[in-house]
Amino acid sequence: MKRIVRSLVMATALTASLAGFSQAEEPKKGGTLVTVLGTNVRNLNSAVQSGIVTGFPGAQLFASPLRYDEDWTPQPYLAETWEVSEDGLTVTLNLVKNAKFHDGTPLTSEDVAFSVEVIKANHPFKAMFAPVESVETPDPYTAVLKLSRPHPALMLAMSGQLMSIIPKHIYGDGEITDVKTHPRNNENVVGSGPFKLTEFKNGEHVILERFDDFFIEGRPYLDKIVMRIISDPAARAIAYENGEIHMGAFESLPRIINRLKKVDSLTVTSDGYGAIGPIDWLAMNTTKGPLADVRVRKAIAYAVDKNFIHKALMQGTANDSTSGIHPDSPFYAAQDGYDLDLEKSAALLDEAGFPVKDGSRMSLTIDFGWPGVKPQVEYVKAALKKVNIDVEVRASADFPTWAKKMGSGDFDMSWDTVFNWGDPVIGVHRTYDSTNIFKGVWSNTQGYSNARVDELMAMAGVETDPAKRKALYAEFQAIIADELPVYHTNTVPYHTIYNTDKVGNPPVGIWGTSTPIDMTYLK
Amino acid sequence: MRMIYAVILLLAVLVLNFSMMHLAPGDVADTISQSMGGADQEILDQIRADYGLDQPFLVQLGRYIGNVLRFDLGYSFFYNKPVTELILQRLPATLLLVFVAQILALFIGVILGVISARKPNGIASHFVTMLALFGYSAPVFWTGILLLIAFSLKVQLFPVAGMRDVTIIGGFWVQFVDVARHMVLPVITLGSIFLALYSRLSRATMMEVLGSDYVRTAKAKGLSEREVVYKHALKNSLSPVITLAGLQFSAVISGAVLVEAVFSWPGLGTLAFQSIIARDTPTILGILFFSALVVIVGNLLTDLALRLVDPRMRGKG
Repeated sequence: MKRIVRSLVMATALTASLAGFSQAEEPKKGGTLVTVLGTNVRNLNSAVQSGIVTGFPGAQLFASPLRYDEDWTPQPYLAETWEVSEDGLTVTLNLVKNAKFHDGTPLTSEDVAFSVEVIKANHPFKAMFAPVESVETPDPYTAVLKLSRPHPALMLAMSGQLMSIIPKHIYGDGEITDVKTHPRNNENVVGSGPFKLTEFKNGEHVILERFDDFFIEGRPYLDKIVMRIISDPAARAIAYENGEIHMGAFESLPRIINRLKKVDSLTVTSDGYGAIGPIDWLAMNTTKGPLADVRVRKAIAYAVDKNFIHKALMQGTANDSTSGIHPDSPFYAAQDGYDLDLEKSAALLDEAGFPVKDGSRMSLTIDFGWPGVKPQVEYVKAALKKVNIDVEVRASADFPTWAKKMGSGDFDMSWDTVFNWGDPVIGVHRTYDSTNIFKGVWSNTQGYSNARVDELMAMAGVETDPAKRKALYAEFQAIIADELPVYHTNTVPYHTIYNTDKVGNPPVGIWGTSTPIDMTYLK
Repeated sequence: MRMIYAVILLLAVLVLNFSMMHLAPGDVADTISQSMGGADQEILDQIRADYGLDQPFLVQLGRYIGNVLRFDLGYSFFYNKPVTELILQRLPATLLLVFVAQILALFIGVILGVISARKPNGIASHFVTMLALFGYSAPVFWTGILLLIAFSLKVQLFPVAGMRDVTIIGGFWVQFVDVARHMVLPVITLGSIFLALYSRLSRATMMEVLGSDYVRTAKAKGLSEREVVYKHALKNSLSPVITLAGLQFSAVISGAVLVEAVFSWPGLGTLAFQSIIARDTPTILGILFFSALVVIVGNLLTDLALRLVDPRMRGKG
């Protein structure tokens, strides 16, 4: 027996309610939305390039099989309906019949099969499609994904920027691994998304215009999107304020966020980052020195005051984060924090065999990879001084220098920021998986290894019952919070900023700007 | 002979920079993985193999020098584009900014210098000295942000960032005015440092020249003050200023890095900054190569300009 998950009728009703999310007024058509990217884009082809900067233009240019509503429920997009077989090993996508690429060629199941192949070979998140063994194409509008094991993470992996369907007739002219450097990744890009590429000027802007043959009738609402590339946050802030930019996402400087919150014309919101799931933490290398002892790691957590981080450093812009999963995720299970307790911290250190000698228990180092988190690192140094731990702050000249240290386990502690990327299988497992130790930056850089955690992740990865999955992840989060390979402190204070009087229905769903903004309009 | 030296120097610069880039820990594969939010080890190895980063150092160096000798600056791993294309795309913006800032600073600087030299203790002179001191000591990015707050936010006269407003559609003059509007603040910011230098120097040399014998002779002939200053003294006091301007050419390009960063000016400076951070070795070396070329051309132009103002130079070299 197969169960049909969603029907088109329901979806239409839902998207209608989605559009009414921010206001009841009728969306207006036309106009140019001026928006901003904080860093230069390397590659517009989101099938081979991940990351939030590619995600925004990528999700406009390329459509994916599914999209999500605010409640983490999958909605039809390129796939009109979809079925998951009882055993979880077959996922059938029934594609819309009127989808066309920007060059007029119809989109078929061949393109879906090709895209899966390309993503498997080039996309950095191997976990997304690893269990997909083959894609069968019984007819042009049916794609059947054959899995080697049940893979519930596939649902989120088929949405947002993660599964861009790219045209086989354009990108299939060479080796599959060559798509990574295909010349059409940056110019004459052809997708089937709501907008097509007008101009991409490296370091300057990406300009997109409405695709008139987009497969959803009447959309998109906007005629044009101008994505300006402005890397200086202070300059961006002024541009929001004086109205030069209508909307922007991923602003994370507490000082600037709080300043812009006071500007009447702007709305500043932290909604829209649940699936991207960015969280900050204090990483501890569990493979060497005093930090190999869980009691020392706990002592550090008790000595580092989260409250101070939230109030003083983040200035109230970030939320608490207590486990490896972002608090907005349905799998999040809040854990009891380590409230500031210097006595308990000292007792744990004594117990672990690190008494105070000449005013010091031990010396540790702490690293950071980018200037934005230096205050956190300096604070940890000051906080640990109170329990007689000497901390040396090691600055890295740039990101690669830090990445090398992390990826090879050459550190004691470090501040780190990691994204969930949808399902925990994609962005969470990598940090705790004992087979992924010291495999480059954002792998299991803590050298953490726990057989039960491995087992829980393996079970949750194939569990198709959402409630059971949730329970498995709850146990997983409890163990992580108890053994502390990383001490979770806060969510990254990403905010979306838009001109309240100008922008209607801004992208603040679970995927933020990594999703098509065909429903956004200018008032 | 000079050309041969220049080529040898250029090669030395390439080898040195290549070695330094190689010594730094981490490589472009790490930054690519950063821009992707993390990558599998397999993907990292694949990227390194694709770009020859797994080869021994000398092999990589040899390959690179060989390519440069064939006028091939290589391929940017980070931007997925040939380096020459990247640089040529960005060069005009930087040259425009640098030339306009340099010429305005030179012109205004010399005028201010002359004005203050004529009455060294007058109010105007003190004002120029103050301005020069401020311009020289204020950090470029700070001046930039301050100007932005004043003229883009408080008084909304000029745009915040970039070089053009892409929503404006129009003919050449419309575009011209648009670019000019975008240029005002970056030019003032970049020009302020050089304005300071030129006004100070021309003030000093002008005062020296005004005290010399031939100026006294000219005055004794009964020439007007104006004629003495602008016809006789100015020409002779210009050559140190022009020499300085030539020497400053490289400094203008390095100064442009900061100004471009503040104003998101789509020039070489921004590209240089981004590629250093990204460890994009071919692009960095390409930019250095181009900067060296620009400096050489700048020096040549300086020589020509000196000959123009100072006939004594014409017989030489």
